[in-house]
Amino acid sequence: MSTVTTARNGRTVSVPVESLAPPVVIDCKLDQVYYGSFLAVRDSHVQIQRGKITGFIGPSGCGKSTVLRSLNRMNDLIRGFRLHGEVRFHGTDVYARSVDPVAVRRHIGMVFQQPNPFSMSVFDNVAFGLRLNRFRGDVAARVEEALRKAALWDEVKDKLKASGLSLSGGQQQRLCIARAVATQPAVLLMDEPCSALDPIATRRIEELMVQLKEDYTIAIVTHNMQQAQRVADVTAFFSVDITKGTRTGYLVESGPTQQVFESPAELLTKEYVAGHFS
Amino acid sequence: MNDLAAGAARTLPDVALLERSRFEPRAMRNLVLTAGIWLAALIAGVPLVSVLYLLIVRGGARLSVEALTALPPAGFEMGGGFGNAIVGTVMMVGIAGLISVPLGVVAAVFLAELQPTGRLARTARFAAKTLTGLPSVLAGVFAYAVVVLATGTYSAPAGGLALAVLMLPIVVLTAEEAIKAVPRITRDAAYGMGCTRSQVAWKVLLPTALPGILTGVMLAVARAAGETAPLLFTALFSGFWPFDGGRPQVMQPTASLAVLIYNFSGMPFENQIELAWAASLVLVSMVLIINVVSRLLGRPRA
Repeated sequence: MSTVTTARNGRTVSVPVESLAPPVVIDCKLDQVYYGSFLAVRDSHVQIQRGKITGFIGPSGCGKSTVLRSLNRMNDLIRGFRLHGEVRFHGTDVYARSVDPVAVRRHIGMVFQQPNPFSMSVFDNVAFGLRLNRFRGDVAARVEEALRKAALWDEVKDKLKASGLSLSGGQQQRLCIARAVATQPAVLLMDEPCSALDPIATRRIEELMVQLKEDYTIAIVTHNMQQAQRVADVTAFFSVDITKGTRTGYLVESGPTQQVFESPAELLTKEYVAGHFS
Repeated sequence: MNDLAAGAARTLPDVALLERSRFEPRAMRNLVLTAGIWLAALIAGVPLVSVLYLLIVRGGARLSVEALTALPPAGFEMGGGFGNAIVGTVMMVGIAGLISVPLGVVAAVFLAELQPTGRLARTARFAAKTLTGLPSVLAGVFAYAVVVLATGTYSAPAGGLALAVLMLPIVVLTAEEAIKAVPRITRDAAYGMGCTRSQVAWKVLLPTALPGILTGVMLAVARAAGETAPLLFTALFSGFWPFDGGRPQVMQPTASLAVLIYNFSGMPFENQIELAWAASLVLVSMVLIINVVSRLLGRPRA
C-alpha cells in the first residue's frame, strides 16, 4: 500500500504516497461555497490528517456535508455549485482547471448516508471499482480482502453471487465500504454512514472505522456527538450563521476530539457539545 | 377528567352497535359501489375474453403442423398454411428491433442523463411523443418513399423500417422513464466510485434500468408485430418463402402474419378464412411468448 494506482486512458500511473505524504492529506480552505445564489458555507479551513479519523459535527444545515462532498468534487454534480477557495490533496488543488474530477473521486472514495449498492451481485459490487480502474491483478483476491476489511466476508462468502440488494441494511452499508476500499483510495469520506442503520449495525460500522484507520485516512460527517467522541481523533465543529437572513455554515473550531469536547476554545462549541442546541 | 369520560360515554355507541349492520346507509353505499366496481371490471374483461375465446376455438381448430409450415394456398386450393408469413413477421420485427432498440436506448440515455433539459432534448422528447400518435399508415408511406422508391422493390427491409418508425418512440419514452427511475443514490454511488458520465450510463444506469427498458421494447414489439397498414405497401405480400436455395432473400415482397390475416379474412373461401383465424392465434401467441420470456430475462436478481 505504498502506491496509489489508477488507470486512465489505458495508462497506469503509480503515485508513491509515502514519499509525498505530509501528515496533512487534504488541506481544505473554503472561502465561499454557493448553490446558485445561496451561500452555503463560508470561511472554513479543515485539515484531514493521514491515518486519522476526522469527524465533522454540527447542527442541521451547518454545511458539514457540503464541505465533505467538496473534498472529492461530488458537489460538481449539483446544478449551480460554485466554490471559492482551494482543496489541496497531496499538495494539488483538486479544483485546478487541469484536474479531472473523475480521477479525484478514484483516489478519494465515498460512503453515503443511505446504503447504495448497485443492482448486481455482491462480488460485482466490490469488483466494480477494480474493473473501472482496469485492475490487472487477482480480482477475486482483492474482493475477498476488501470484504474481510469491511467485516462482511464471513457473512457473504457463500452468497457472493446473490444481489447486493438482498443483504440487510447494515450489511449493505458494509458492502458499500468494501466497494469503496477495494480500490485502496487514499482517503475515505463517509457522509453520515450510520444514520439509516439500527444501533447494532451502527456499532459494527464504528468498530470497522477504527480498524480501517490502520490503512486509510477517514473523514466522517455525523449528526451524533457520541459517535464523534467514540471514533474521531480530530473533530471539526461547524455551525450556522443566521445573522444575514440566510443560513450559512462555517467552521467554528477544530482540534483533537478530547479537546473540542472537554475544553473547547469557543463558547458556541461548549454549548453545542453540552447539548444546549442541535 | 371525569367530565370528559362521562361525555365520551354518552357519545360512544354501545358494544352491541359495533356489530356489522347491512342496512345502515354507509354499508348500503359500500355494497352498491363495490358491486359497481366488480361490474365495470367484468365489462372491461368481456372484449378481451371473447376475443381470446374465439381465437382459441376457431383458430385452434385449424392449427396443425401443415398450417405452421406450408405456403399459403391459392384461390380454390384446399389445405396450405402460413409458414412463410411467420418467417416474414419474425424477420421484419427483427429488422425493426435492430434499428429502433439501439437507437432508442441511446436516445433515452441522452434524454434521461446527459442533457435532460437542453433544447435538443426537449425537441426530441416532443417529437417522440408526437410520433407515438402517428397513424401507422404514415409510417408505411415514409418507408415507401425512403426504401421502396429508392430500391425499386417491395421488401422486408422496407417493412422493417416502417415498423421501426412505430417502435422507436415507444422504446425512447419507456427507456427514458426507466433510466430516470434509477434512484439518485445509485447515481451518486457510481459517480463516487469515479465513473465518467458514460460509464455511469453504461455500467450502472442501463443494467439497473434493464427490466423497465425490456418492458418498453416488448410493448413496441407487440405493437409492431400486429401492425398491418405499414406493411401493405412496403413489404406487400408473397406466396413464397423469403429464401432462395437456402440463402435469405430479403429484397423481394415478403409475407407477414398481419397482412395474411387482412388478405385472407376478406376472401370468400372458407379455407382462407379458417387460416386467417389460425394465423391470428399464432400471432397472439408469439406476442405472449415474447412477453413472458422478456419478463423472465428482465427480472431483477434481488
